[in-house]
Amino acid sequence: MAHAHDAHAHDHHDDHGPAKGIGRWLFATNHKDIGTLYMLFSLLMFFVGGTMALVIRAELFQPGMQLVDPMFFNQMTTMHALIMIFGAVMPAFVGLANWMIPLQVGAPDMALPRMNNFSFWILPFAFTMLIGTLFVPGGAPAGGWTMYPPLSQQTGEAFPMLIFAVHLMGASSIMGAINVIVTIMNMRAPGMSLLKMPIFVWTWLITAYLLIAVMPVLAGAVTMLLTDHYFGTTFFEAAGGGDPVMFQHIFWFFGHPEVYIMILPAFGIVSEIIPTFSRKPLFGYDAMVYATASIAFLSFIVWAHHMFTVGMPLAGQMFFMLATMLIAVPTGVKVFNWTATMFKGSISFEPPMLFAISFLFLFTIGGFSGLMLAIVPADFQYHDTYFVVAHFHYVLVPGAVFSLMAAAYYWLPKWTGHMYNMKLAKAHFWLSTIFVNVLFFPQHFLGLAGMPRRIPDYSTQFADWNMISSIGAFGFGLSQLLFVYIVVSCIRGGEKASDKVWDSGRPHGLEWTLSSPPPYHSFETAPEVK
Amino acid sequence: MKIVKYAAAGSLAAAALLPTGAALAAWEINMPVGVTELSRDIHGLHMMIFWICVLIAIAVFGMMIYSIVKFRHSQGAVPATFDHSTKAEIVWTIIPVAILVGMAIPAAATLVKIEDTRDSTLTIKVTGYQWKWEYEYLDQKVKFFSTLARDSDAARQTGSGIDPSSVPNYLLEVDKPLVVPVGAKVRVLLTSNDVIHAWWVPAFGMKKDAIPGFVNELWFRADEPGIYRGQCAELCGRDHGFMPVVVHVKPQAEYDSWLAEQQGGAAPAAAAQVENAAPVTAAAAE
Repeated sequence: MAHAHDAHAHDHHDDHGPAKGIGRWLFATNHKDIGTLYMLFSLLMFFVGGTMALVIRAELFQPGMQLVDPMFFNQMTTMHALIMIFGAVMPAFVGLANWMIPLQVGAPDMALPRMNNFSFWILPFAFTMLIGTLFVPGGAPAGGWTMYPPLSQQTGEAFPMLIFAVHLMGASSIMGAINVIVTIMNMRAPGMSLLKMPIFVWTWLITAYLLIAVMPVLAGAVTMLLTDHYFGTTFFEAAGGGDPVMFQHIFWFFGHPEVYIMILPAFGIVSEIIPTFSRKPLFGYDAMVYATASIAFLSFIVWAHHMFTVGMPLAGQMFFMLATMLIAVPTGVKVFNWTATMFKGSISFEPPMLFAISFLFLFTIGGFSGLMLAIVPADFQYHDTYFVVAHFHYVLVPGAVFSLMAAAYYWLPKWTGHMYNMKLAKAHFWLSTIFVNVLFFPQHFLGLAGMPRRIPDYSTQFADWNMISSIGAFGFGLSQLLFVYIVVSCIRGGEKASDKVWDSGRPHGLEWTLSSPPPYHSFETAPEVK
Repeated sequence: MKIVKYAAAGSLAAAALLPTGAALAAWEINMPVGVTELSRDIHGLHMMIFWICVLIAIAVFGMMIYSIVKFRHSQGAVPATFDHSTKAEIVWTIIPVAILVGMAIPAAATLVKIEDTRDSTLTIKVTGYQWKWEYEYLDQKVKFFSTLARDSDAARQTGSGIDPSSVPNYLLEVDKPLVVPVGAKVRVLLTSNDVIHAWWVPAFGMKKDAIPGFVNELWFRADEPGIYRGQCAELCGRDHGFMPVVVHVKPQAEYDSWLAEQQGGAAPAAAAQVENAAPVTAAAAE
């Protein structure tokens, strides 16, 4: 940070550098510090949630109950999902937004720095409370992250803690989203019209609107669970005239856009990386923006495809099937445009590009299984089997998580000013890509052969693929320790990174005009965009 | 002891008749073809979409791999500068729409068939409990619970030390299965007494939620006698993995005598005991 200090020695303010000690982080208002906090928190949660996944895969290594009680198994599946979704993937993207949006739009910081601090510091409390449920009577929530009543009403002392934690996460997300929107709308550099924004900024803008639209819906749904539990209402209790299926409709009205909240910024990241290492502009920028907006719009009218088996009217099933199939069109446009960006390019294979290419292939596989799941009659077979587990892990792990790895490897030299160990990063890539497939591909087979999801034990016909899958899980989980080592070494030192970082000569965007690492207050003078 | 013999014979017959039973043994990678018209339709749809996806994958992945191999910086590739092509973009928007329409039409037709529960010959009410099923033959006044078989239940306890592969049909056997006649259109009414469950027999192609306070329906017509196994498919608490569904499809005459026996109700408890023993005997016979 000495660099930043020198560059702005003329500054009259006395807060031009980071505060000393822990105060820098506790009272952080700087977008980079908060971005770093978000991402480190997310990394921690990734390992906590991952450890739970390993408990699940260890129990499923072979038939019979060897390690845990079925109730604890259910706690693990529930907590794994909640922690990975709300604690790992979402905060990682918010962290990236904090770091990159001001750099990419040419702003000095996020628009609302104090709210930014608040929205981050809520999270450690929310997750301490959520993880704390493991130690209360009745154990952690075990009714699935979807919290379907009446089952979720059987949760013990953890019940109000779960709901309060979800409220806090929602509040944090909404504040983060407001900050993103206000920053993008008001703090762009002169000359940067909306359709000149970097694609990552675009995808985050749309994601932020989705967050603001649906997090309150989730808050409403869990509040109704709470009043059903403690205040005698019967929103979801048939005995009192309520309807348990209504919860599922409300939940998935949140839940489907939530899925895109976790993938749209990933689209943005991949759309930044592929042009850089193909040395060619992004193919069809406008189409990419419109496709992202279409996917966001469609996400509001497809929710019931998560619940085809609840017994909907025929017309309802038809509508949700067709609307869901429509999503394949804009998603296809994106995949074709990425391919067309690589076509006739000049491609090099640095770690971010490797992860982006892996994303392209494996996310597309998740897209295919998604299309299969949209077909209602076939869904009657697939629903709630491991086929679904394979599907959403393909879009979330080699999809969202690989995009995060790609982003980290792409911008880490910019953030720290150091290059990382390329050899190790490539090893991390190959280990991750191989093991993620060993882990999740056989789950397609298990689901098709008839293994339901969320079961702690299975009949012996499923033994073989489960064992393969568990081996993949441990391989994948252990490989991620390499990532931590690479990131920590990069923060501590390494070869000096240039401002452009990548010698392809094509990383476009304002972030590459700044030094590596960038000055503490990013752009003190707004750059001109032509 | 007659029942025991029946069950043993039934199991053997099923093992012979049911190729899926044997094929499911290990390394299974695809959805088995079922024994109802609906399940065959669904399997057909599944395979159709699968092959369409494979074709698209060959085209898209082929293009990606070609680009990765052909346009490598290390091989001195010089990048082009184009950044859009309206024509190409229109083409790859319209072609997927056409493919989707092609998929949607047969899917919709099958869906209409699935939802047509009229003209059934037998109606059975299925009620989910934590963690067992109750079957009630509405017009025949027969009603009983169906729970996980004892040997499976003993083996599945944490640290039981019993090797699951030594238990026949581990976790997929019940004390008292649902019995239906072959070739009859059976309408299943689903509800629950506590939380949401889902009743699923893969060979019949259908699964539907059993929801407290509501009644769902599905139908199946099994074409071949045999024993068909499934599981609860909606997380329903601690023992969600331990409430299997077992359906014995019997020739009409055997079904009739089974029904008469149930309705006779001389000693239902004793009958249940004998049924309990059946799977073990059947296993020994195998």
